[in-house]
Amino acid sequence: MENVMNQKDQPLAIEAVDLVKRFGKHRAVDGINLAIPQGTVYGFLGPNGAGKTTTMKMLATLLKPDGGTAKIFGHDLFKEQDAVRACVSLTGQFASVDEDLSGTENLMLIARLMGYTRSDSKDRAAELLDAFDLQDAAKRQVKKYSGGMRRRLDIAASMVVRPKLLFLDEPTTGLDPRSRNQIWDIVRALVSTGTTVLLTTQYLDEADQLADRIAVIDHGKIIAKGTSSELKASVGTGILHVRLIDAAARAEAQQLLSTTLGTPVHLSSDPSALSAQLSDTDHAAKALTMLSDHQIRVSEFSLGQPSLDEVFLTLTGKPAEDSPQKEGALE
Amino acid sequence: MNSEQQLNKMRAALVDHKRPPHPSGFTTSLAFAWRALLKIKYVPEQLLDVTFFPVMFTLMFTYLFGGALAGSTADYLQFLIPGILVQTVVFTTVYTGVSLNEDISKGTFDRFRSMPIWGPSPLVGALLADTVRYTLASIIVIILGLILGFRPAGGVLGVVAGIMLVLIFSFSLSWVFTMLGLILQTAKAVMGISMTLLFPVTFASNIFVDPATMPGWLRAFVNINPVSILTTSLRQLMGGQVNWMQIIWVLIVSAVLILIFAPVTMYLYRNKR
Repeated sequence: MENVMNQKDQPLAIEAVDLVKRFGKHRAVDGINLAIPQGTVYGFLGPNGAGKTTTMKMLATLLKPDGGTAKIFGHDLFKEQDAVRACVSLTGQFASVDEDLSGTENLMLIARLMGYTRSDSKDRAAELLDAFDLQDAAKRQVKKYSGGMRRRLDIAASMVVRPKLLFLDEPTTGLDPRSRNQIWDIVRALVSTGTTVLLTTQYLDEADQLADRIAVIDHGKIIAKGTSSELKASVGTGILHVRLIDAAARAEAQQLLSTTLGTPVHLSSDPSALSAQLSDTDHAAKALTMLSDHQIRVSEFSLGQPSLDEVFLTLTGKPAEDSPQKEGALE
Repeated sequence: MNSEQQLNKMRAALVDHKRPPHPSGFTTSLAFAWRALLKIKYVPEQLLDVTFFPVMFTLMFTYLFGGALAGSTADYLQFLIPGILVQTVVFTTVYTGVSLNEDISKGTFDRFRSMPIWGPSPLVGALLADTVRYTLASIIVIILGLILGFRPAGGVLGVVAGIMLVLIFSFSLSWVFTMLGLILQTAKAVMGISMTLLFPVTFASNIFVDPATMPGWLRAFVNINPVSILTTSLRQLMGGQVNWMQIIWVLIVSAVLILIFAPVTMYLYRNKR
């Protein structure tokens, strides 16, 4: 049993066995097992409607599972709901702050609900707004915030009393690159203070950047899990991209590469570019030498790890594209 | 934001603070009531239903029908004001369900439901805040009545007791609309269905006319209609009589409403996905 072994190594923040959630006939979550060590970032990666949010909602006590068991910091998800709720905090896919209230009022409300007195809640709100660079917007209604500000306030609201476990549901969906980087910095800072984070994302580079371990979820099932490098390694060690000076030589180059490397060579949409999977990165040098021996001149080349996009393609047989119209019905 | 200074500030704000003791259900309910009242500050228009409508209804019924129904508008006012007070407040309860539905359709409630607080407090808090709205509506009706010539024999005490009774009944009744707010998909649907329920219940009552001239089957309904019982109690209290049987009936109906609809509402709230 994987779970028992892990427990010996490291205390677990989340331990779930065979979680199932059905909506009518549809099995939104279809037997998910998790063993997430404390103090780490765990990423759920998958397209819309894969069951990421549903799983998260069950672990946050918002949805009752139809099967399976789970423990959050050793507390049974069903029998000790209050103890579980005292450990976790949730920030939703659609910002779970109150749009009609100001930033200060939102944080004061959460602080009051956590047991702060009125004046302490005011101080805590001011401290958090300052920490999350929202002090200038403190008195503004949240509906006038930008997407990034809203997300930061949402996370700040979860940090009024720092939870042991934070659920971040698609923290950067719809944000511009700068706001996205800010959120990533925040998540790293949270983890450095000891919070365990479970995040869902559709962005492969986000999982790559933040998560210690990743579970790839599709149709309610975990189809692969491991570190980002493990997942990439399962696809192959790397990819060689080559761009030729003379596009006319591409056919010859393709033949040369495929005989040298022994793997299929793909022609890109760029008429002078081609790429090949490598079973061993040492072969790259050999392949380039071979091209120059045949007077095929190369304008640029690169050796890269496969992207998580390619991982997803290999695992599911289809690209990591989402189907937005399914989202509302399923999650 | 990306500066080291900002990150240090953040880490400082996140290191373990002493966790305050868990608040009581009463405290958390009050916090939610505070939240609802703050919304009035930002959207004062939402008070329109408790200010404009009672004024309009009172004026309309007094001057359109008063003379025909009671011989003179002055006589009709003595009869109408307690009734219009009941109608105004009862209609205001619908907005409880509508605003809850709008609230839940945003993500805010997911956070509340995953917090270690007394489960019903978001709902109880919202209902408490609505009691403030009901009180406001009551005061407006009474003041307008006094201006027009309403002279309650029960004095201040009778009027206050009457308002209290309406508040108790409305708090209980609003659980029905809170339940509808959780069952129905859109705020529009909540509004539509609630109004469909409320129109017959408020008009087929003794709010506007004495049921003596109604056909027998309708009179039978009007007489057992809780809205009629409440209106009668109010007329008596404001008229200076205390009829304990009537008052106890109102309290029983209120208790039954809470006992049935509060648990159902809470069940729906906990299991809402």
